[in-house]
Amino acid sequence: MTTFLRLLFRNKLAGLGAVVLGLILVLVLIAPLLPLPDPNVTATGDRFLRPFSEGHLLGTDHLGRDLMARLMHGTRVSLAIGLISAFAAAFVGSAIGIIAGYFGGRIDNLIMRGIDMLMAFPYILLALAIVAALGPGLMNALIAVAAVNVPFFARNIRGITVSLAGREFIDAARLAGLGHTRIITSELLPNVLPVIVIGISTTVGWMILETAGLSFLGLGSQPPDADLGSMLGEARAALITAPHTSVVPGLMIFLIVMSINLLGDGVRDALDPRLKSGALSRPRATTLVDRKGAVPEADQKGLLNLQELETQFHVGPRIYRAVNRVSLHVNPGECLGIIGESGSGKSVTALSVMGLVASPPGVVTGGAVRYGGEDLLSASYESLRAKRGENVAYIFQDPLATLHPLYKIGDQLIEAIQSHHDTSRTEARAKALELLKSVRIPNAEQRLDNFPHEMSGGMRQRVGIAMALANDPDVIIADEPTTALDVTVQAQILALLDELRRERGLAIIFITHDFGVVAQLCDRVAVMYAGQIVEEGPTMAVLDAPAHPYTKRLIACVPELGGGRRELATIPGLPPVVDNLPEGCAFAARCDKASETCRTGTIALKGTAREGMALEGMAARAVRCLFPEEAI
Amino acid sequence: MQALKISELAKTFPLAKPLFGKAPPGVRAVRPMSFAVEKGETLGIVGESGCGKSTLARMLVGLLEPTKGQIEIAGKALDTADPAAFGRLIQYVFQDPISSLNPRKTIRQIMEVPLKRLHGLDKPARDKRTREIFASVNLREEFLDRYPHEFSGGQAQRIGIARALAASPEIMVLDEPVSALDVSVQAQVLNLLAELKAQFNLTYLFISHDLAVVEAVSDRVVVLYFGSVVEIGRAEDIFKSPKHPYTKLLAESAPVVGRALTAPEQKDSELPDPLNPPPGCAFAGRCVHATELCRTEEPRLRPMGEDQLAACHHPLEG
Repeated sequence: MTTFLRLLFRNKLAGLGAVVLGLILVLVLIAPLLPLPDPNVTATGDRFLRPFSEGHLLGTDHLGRDLMARLMHGTRVSLAIGLISAFAAAFVGSAIGIIAGYFGGRIDNLIMRGIDMLMAFPYILLALAIVAALGPGLMNALIAVAAVNVPFFARNIRGITVSLAGREFIDAARLAGLGHTRIITSELLPNVLPVIVIGISTTVGWMILETAGLSFLGLGSQPPDADLGSMLGEARAALITAPHTSVVPGLMIFLIVMSINLLGDGVRDALDPRLKSGALSRPRATTLVDRKGAVPEADQKGLLNLQELETQFHVGPRIYRAVNRVSLHVNPGECLGIIGESGSGKSVTALSVMGLVASPPGVVTGGAVRYGGEDLLSASYESLRAKRGENVAYIFQDPLATLHPLYKIGDQLIEAIQSHHDTSRTEARAKALELLKSVRIPNAEQRLDNFPHEMSGGMRQRVGIAMALANDPDVIIADEPTTALDVTVQAQILALLDELRRERGLAIIFITHDFGVVAQLCDRVAVMYAGQIVEEGPTMAVLDAPAHPYTKRLIACVPELGGGRRELATIPGLPPVVDNLPEGCAFAARCDKASETCRTGTIALKGTAREGMALEGMAARAVRCLFPEEAI
Repeated sequence: MQALKISELAKTFPLAKPLFGKAPPGVRAVRPMSFAVEKGETLGIVGESGCGKSTLARMLVGLLEPTKGQIEIAGKALDTADPAAFGRLIQYVFQDPISSLNPRKTIRQIMEVPLKRLHGLDKPARDKRTREIFASVNLREEFLDRYPHEFSGGQAQRIGIARALAASPEIMVLDEPVSALDVSVQAQVLNLLAELKAQFNLTYLFISHDLAVVEAVSDRVVVLYFGSVVEIGRAEDIFKSPKHPYTKLLAESAPVVGRALTAPEQKDSELPDPLNPPPGCAFAGRCVHATELCRTEEPRLRPMGEDQLAACHHPLEG
């Protein structure tokens, strides 16, 4: 609740709306206690007195009634009617929406077609028809306004409910023995309530206007009672001669609706989880670079060389050290594996290379990324953009999410080619066809005109690879490209990547959590834990004789086919959260070899790599451990 | 004794009838299949996406009405009218641990539902039982008053298992229970499941796409392809000496440390289309041994060797 209020008042306009609305509410609530004349007493001798006349602060109307008193009472009535009809519409509409969305099928169809029919009439006509049928009067105007707004809530809530009803927790509730009524009230309702509140807060203002409209036409409040609409209606005849009689209620309607709408928008923003997480704030085009220390000197290693890279996420007062001084390099034709569990920083490392970490909250706080000697972190956006895809390309885990669903895959490939090369569409299309063939897509000619959803997962990932190859990059960074695929398809994709790197001399950085994949594809491997590299070296050396206790125990956790039924080795505990890393070794808390020295100071990555023994072609081995399992 | 027996269980999802003409025949997600699970056994079910393993699981726990066939639990036929009747006998552990917990309820509220609805326990009895279950899945009691988003995947999956246990079922259907988890956590959950099985005398149906995991936990394994059972056998034999070419393909596709990278099948093979299923054996289009017989006649599941059945016209030797 307090976070809700804080979020709400961070929005200045919403705060203003709340203050104005609060003042109006207090004023009309204490109206009976104020020394105001009776709003319904006529005095035709005093008609059309101007504002600030004696005894009548806002003047009088065509029957000589005090405008201030009428305004206070009229506002009371209008606000009450608006709020009641909003709650009534929300209640009925949401009930209909939840029932239609939860049961689906025929019930849904029947209810929603009824709602559609209601929506087919212009709302004011419908309201008029209802009032005409029920007879004029405030109560009937309320019913009409509420009824007209039911479809809005019904459609909104039905949409939310449909997506919730397919969620697994609803199935779980059913298996736990809950009936339909209880599922709706105890499982669905708490989840749709915020949406209902948002709906109410954004429609109250509108409903006050509609009630005023009906009263203006003489169908709402009946004389001598006042509401804002009927005051306007009565003042219409004297619009020119006594404008204040229209301006006073008009201004009040304006203030109420304005303040309610501002507050309503604030409520919506504060309650909407997407806005809360900042997902709708547009990230910068490249990751923010704010290097505290000196930029490391170029050390002529590899085609792509990451030196002491540090990437952090700054969320409020917390600093998450996602990537903590990571150094990596990859040579042409080489495949480097980065292996680690979720949260180990392997994906953030990969995205930092081309400045693709979302900022805010991501910030590169140190190190350098050198491509052919040039530091990409200090490069301008234009030069970085020219290199994305052209020199360094990415393959992501889920091709369905990375391919645009509304464009044919051929057009997407052509776009990728044309954004870097000034070629004609025909040439680009020929190149796209050649790319699809090179990733072994059968019937490539026809497949160019397919949409992503028309292809299987394996085929889509091949398109993802073709897209990465579109501009003949030198480096491909593949972030778990086969994790979402079936094993038989994974085997094909891995074979394809291996072939491509041998044919084209591609350098591949392959991010995965699967030791089997690393063993089959990668020449060298780096193991990451809590944002740091804990071990690196030639793949077979690391897998055969892991030096870091984490690597050793992680390998032991993985069941291997052919091992039979058995108890599996485990690592107790969980990886540390990177906003609160312990001093010393991050793995110490889960390690059975840890001693006091492991929990102090900084533990360096030591091995042949750091002593300068690495010769060209001879990969180095290193481990970040005081008591390694194997001597290096 | 048989804990679970299904006979000729099938599910066909109807397709929308076009405006003109007659309705298409529908997608046969699960073709008629029969097998049984002994009490205390773990039956592994493997297959790739679209093979019908989740549809089968949802039918077993009563979330989906079978098109035909029947389910027997402990010798009694169950009819599908009452999900609560299923709930006391058979429970389900979901693949995605976080999305199977209602984000707006505390863990205690989630845990209490099956105790109250399926077993009608009063408040003190529910509290006692909740504490017992939480202790058995190695979770701290203070977690009970937190909300699902505060937990890691591994912890959330233990909560999901705890909720399934709260119903005191005889059978648990575990639908990819560890595939959303990291390897180090995956092993913790698998070992926990093994302990719970011994402690509560449970029967498991363990569904996964990961052959190594299935082999590590199962007594017997069922291999599904395109909605049908293609092979059943003991876990230690089925991947070592597969009879069906598809089982062999699966076993050879799993990446293994120390095996060279080779694509085990032709690069252009396409999977069968569920809207337009091929006649005969569904695997024929991908199979190097396929003959004319395979393309016309659907093979039946028949015994091959000791405790092993396969649906193939030309089973592999050895």
